[in-house]
Amino acid sequence: MFLRGVWLVVRKDLTVEVRSREIAYTTLFFAVSCVLIFAFALVREGRAPDEAAPAVLWVAIAFAGTLALGRTFERERQAETLRALLLAPVDRPAIYAGKLLGMMALLLAAEFVLVPLVALLFQAPLLGHPFWLTGILATGTLGFAAVGTLFAAMLVRARTRDVLLPVLLYPITVPVIIAGVRGTALLLEPELDVALLRFWLALLVTFDVVFVTLALWTFEPLMTD
Amino acid sequence: MPKWFLPAAALCGVMFVASPVVIAGAPYESTMGLVQKIFYFHMPAAVMFLVSAVICGVASARFLFRGDPAQDRLGWAAAELTVLFGIIALVTGPLWARKAWGVWWQWDVRLTSSLMGWMVAVAYLLVRKYGGPGSEKLAAGLALFGMANVPFVYISVNYWRTIHPTTSVVPTLPTSMGGPLWFCFATFLLLLVLLLRLRVRLGEAHARLDALHLALDE
Repeated sequence: MFLRGVWLVVRKDLTVEVRSREIAYTTLFFAVSCVLIFAFALVREGRAPDEAAPAVLWVAIAFAGTLALGRTFERERQAETLRALLLAPVDRPAIYAGKLLGMMALLLAAEFVLVPLVALLFQAPLLGHPFWLTGILATGTLGFAAVGTLFAAMLVRARTRDVLLPVLLYPITVPVIIAGVRGTALLLEPELDVALLRFWLALLVTFDVVFVTLALWTFEPLMTD
Repeated sequence: MPKWFLPAAALCGVMFVASPVVIAGAPYESTMGLVQKIFYFHMPAAVMFLVSAVICGVASARFLFRGDPAQDRLGWAAAELTVLFGIIALVTGPLWARKAWGVWWQWDVRLTSSLMGWMVAVAYLLVRKYGGPGSEKLAAGLALFGMANVPFVYISVNYWRTIHPTTSVVPTLPTSMGGPLWFCFATFLLLLVLLLRLRVRLGEAHARLDALHLALDE
């Protein structure tokens, strides 16, 4: 029952997105612009600072993610469908989980383009360890989107939602960004430090578990008037 | 206002006036000298920052699940005090660090987690002020997530080099230094209690006024 509710919300969001492609295109374009600005600022005579690539990648993900999070609920509000969604005979946490999975799909798709772009512009061998990179990106994105989806949902009713979302989101997601940047930076080392990489990945997984649980638990009281 | 409030406020004022004298009486620390004296205000402020953050988190959680508006007022009051004591700790810290470590700021575990906690408290106040109707739940949710966040910030930064002294230093202090420290500690604690009481009272008055306005409209 719960999974069915989740699946229905994901399918609805993806159907709307596939028809308009609004969030996917705008988010991707914004993320690419971010990376380009960093490239203009940091790359000198074809050489980028050593640690720049992971930082740029994660900043682009965080910025673009904020934009996408704001839009996905803004769409529900504009079409006056939020109330319908909340009235649907499924568990409230299922709605949250569905929204979260839709957001994950969108951000992972954006990262699919971002990673090669950053690797290219900053001459960083990001694709050297694809499995580790996938693990770090997936867990990091989940942590960021888990907090972001909840806050974006709560902010739908607030007047100043566009300003408040980044204000709330960035202080909370700092550990995710730290772990993501550090983990990705390790992949660029000539010698792979597997033990340290495991630590960052474990930290990301713990963060995901704690924050997804907390979000599922608080979604109901937070979304009830 | 409860009967104890005015005498307690007067006592707190006297203690603050007396604190420079007490601190001046403490001996000089052997390596840092005069600059170490900032510690007598820095540590109590930092502890009160933590205490008010915990009060804010617990009150927010209780408000979120029980819906008691008194807890919400307590949470708001505690968030303001978190920002206030946080400013004191975050200003005195770098002043001391410049002399002791040679730098104003280090991305050390305690510094980073304090700064992030302080930013969450500021975000809480921004939500309360600009969030419009319904922002009290939003702010409570933020406080809850902010509390859960602290261990993660702590662990993630702890993997870098740490230079901040640990709390285990405090019991080993000689009485000549421990005495002034506990005096300042008591002063700050009293200030926290007084300000919290005052701010909660203001919140109660606001709530009463709102209720009267609503009653007039009907």
